[in-house]
Amino acid sequence: MAVETLHLAPPGPLLAFWRSFRENRGAVIGLAIVCGVVFIAIFANFLAPYDPLEQFRDATKLPPIWVEGGDWKYILGTDPLGRDMLSRILYGSRISLFIGSSVMLVTAIFGIFLGLIAAFKGGIIDVVVIRIMDLIMAIPSLVLAILIIAVIGPNLTNTIVAITIVYLPRFVRLVRASAMSELSKDYVTAARVAGVGQWRLMFSTVLPNCMAPLIVQAALGISDAILEAAGLGFLGLGAQPPTPEWGSMLADSRDLITSNPWVMALPGIAILITVLSINLMGDGLRDALDPRLRRS
Amino acid sequence: MTQILNAQKLTRYYNISRGAFAQSATLKAVDGASFTLDRGKTLAVVGESGCGKSTLARLVTMIETPTSGTLNIAGKDIVGASAETLRGLRPKVQIVFQNPYGSLNPRQKIGAILEEPLLVNTNHTKEERSEKARAMMVSVGLRPEHYDRYPHMFSGGQRQRIAIARALMLDPEVLVLDEPVSALDISIQAQVLNLLAELQAQHNLAFLFISHDLSVVKHIADDVMVMYLGRVVEQGPRDAIFANPQHPYTKALLSATPTPDPAHKRERTILKGELPSPLNPPQGCTFHPRCPIAFEKCHTVNPQLKQHGKTLAACHALDI
Repeated sequence: MAVETLHLAPPGPLLAFWRSFRENRGAVIGLAIVCGVVFIAIFANFLAPYDPLEQFRDATKLPPIWVEGGDWKYILGTDPLGRDMLSRILYGSRISLFIGSSVMLVTAIFGIFLGLIAAFKGGIIDVVVIRIMDLIMAIPSLVLAILIIAVIGPNLTNTIVAITIVYLPRFVRLVRASAMSELSKDYVTAARVAGVGQWRLMFSTVLPNCMAPLIVQAALGISDAILEAAGLGFLGLGAQPPTPEWGSMLADSRDLITSNPWVMALPGIAILITVLSINLMGDGLRDALDPRLRRS
Repeated sequence: MTQILNAQKLTRYYNISRGAFAQSATLKAVDGASFTLDRGKTLAVVGESGCGKSTLARLVTMIETPTSGTLNIAGKDIVGASAETLRGLRPKVQIVFQNPYGSLNPRQKIGAILEEPLLVNTNHTKEERSEKARAMMVSVGLRPEHYDRYPHMFSGGQRQRIAIARALMLDPEVLVLDEPVSALDISIQAQVLNLLAELQAQHNLAFLFISHDLSVVKHIADDVMVMYLGRVVEQGPRDAIFANPQHPYTKALLSATPTPDPAHKRERTILKGELPSPLNPPQGCTFHPRCPIAFEKCHTVNPQLKQHGKTLAACHALDI
C-alpha cells in the first residue's frame, strides 16, 4: 500500500481543472447545454425534419403541438411562409455558433498578436495600439457595428468582420495587461539572460502564463458575439433572408407578436438558452482557471 | 589569465518622468563602480536596499546597458557591441535570482526549464539536451524523477537548486547571484551556499555575489564591495574589510551584524536617519547626513575612492 502511494503522481493540470470546474453546478449544466447545441449544429441536416427553406403553402402559421391546432408534422409549428420552425431553429444554431466561434478565433489571433506586441515593444508602438483600441471602445459597440456594416455592406462575412472589430479592444487590452505583469517577473529575465529571442519569449514563455484569463474572455466573448450577431440580424444588417438566422427570424416575425406569438418567441428562446449556457460555462471556466477573478 | 570580467566607472542612470509638467529627474542607480571578477573567486556586493546592487547585477548580465563606463567580458567590450557579439557573450554570464518562486516559469516542466538555454543557444539534439539536463540535475542534488515535474511541486530550496542548474546549463564563466539565499530558511541557506562553493570549485566560476547578509558574505566572499546610494564607498579583500573597515558606513554595517554569541558585547555604531531618496541625494558625500564623523568638507565635496590601508575607501575623514 505504502509503495503504491509513492508512485501516485500529483493530479495533472487537466484533472485538477476538471475537479475545480465540477464544483460549480451551473457551469456543468451550461457545459452540457453548450455541448448539446454544438451537437445540434453539427448534425442539423440529420436532426431537422425538413429543409429550413422549404415552404409548405398548405400549412402556414401553424402553432406548436402543445397549443390547440398544432400538427405533429410540424412540432414547433410553421412561420407565415409555411417553413418548419423546428428545422429553421436547428439550422439557425449552425449560423450562430459559426459567427460566435469565428469572431472569437479571429479576435483571439489578432488580439494576442497586437497585445503582445504592445506589451513587449512599449514606447510609441504601445501608445499607438492602445489609443486605437481606446478609440474603438469609446463608441458603443452596436453603433460601431452598424456603422461598419453600413460601410462594407450587410452579409454574414461582414457581420463577422464588424463584430470582430468591435470586440478586439477588450482582448488586446487583456493580453497586454497580463503580458506586462508577467514581463516583470524573474523567469522572463532569466530567459532573456539565457539568450531567448523576442518571438520565443512572447509566444513560448509569456503567452502560456497569460492563457487563463484569455480562455475565459474567449468563452464569454462567444456569447456576446452571438447576441451581437442576433441584434444585427434583427436590424436587417446581419445574415440576409431567407437564411435561418435567429436574429433575422425574430425581425421577420415581429408583426405576428399579437396573432402568432410562438413564431417570434421560439428563436428568442433559442438565443436565450445558447447565450445563457455559454455564460454559465464561462463563469465556471473563470472560477476554475483564474482564482484571482473569482466572484465572492 | 584569471580575470574574466572588468568593469571601469560603470554607471547607470534612469530618467524618471514625474508627470507632464514637472522636470524629469535623474536617478543614479549605479554611479561609477569599478571592479574585476576573477575565475574561481567571489566578489560580494553589500549594501542596504536601493543602493544599486540589483542594477549592478542587471548591468553585468547585459539586461541593461550602462549609461557610461566600460564593461569587458572575456576580453570583449560590451558597450557598443553588435547584437551578434552580445548574443555570443550572453551564455558567459548567467544569473540566479533572489525569489525562487518567481524565477521559474510555472508552465514549464523542470526538464524544459533546464533545456531551454541549450535549445536557443546550441545545436544539440533532443537526446543530448535531455542527457545534459539530467546530468546537471544530479550535480545540483535533484533526483531524476524531478525531470517531469512542475516548479510548484518543489520547495524553495529545491527551486533554488533548479535555478542554479539552469544558470549552469550553458557553462558560464560568471555567475551573478542576486541574493540567492535570502529567501530561504537558515538550514537550507547553508546547503545552497555549500552547493554553490562546490560548483564554483568544480567549474572554476567567477561569482558576483549580491547580498545584504554580512555573515553569508564573510563565509563565501574573496573580495567585498560596499555600496551606498549607487556609489561604491569601500572595496577590498574580505579579511581587510571585516577586520579593519575604513569607511564609517562599512563600520556601521559590520556592527549591525548579529553574532551568535550572547556573551560577546560589541561596540555598536547606530546610524541616524533614513536612507535618503536616490532621486534627490544629498550634496557632497551622499552619506554625510547619517555619518557620525562628518565635517565641513563632506557637505560640499564628493569623496573619491582612495587607498587607505588594505582597502579602497571614499571618505574625507580618512585623508586627514
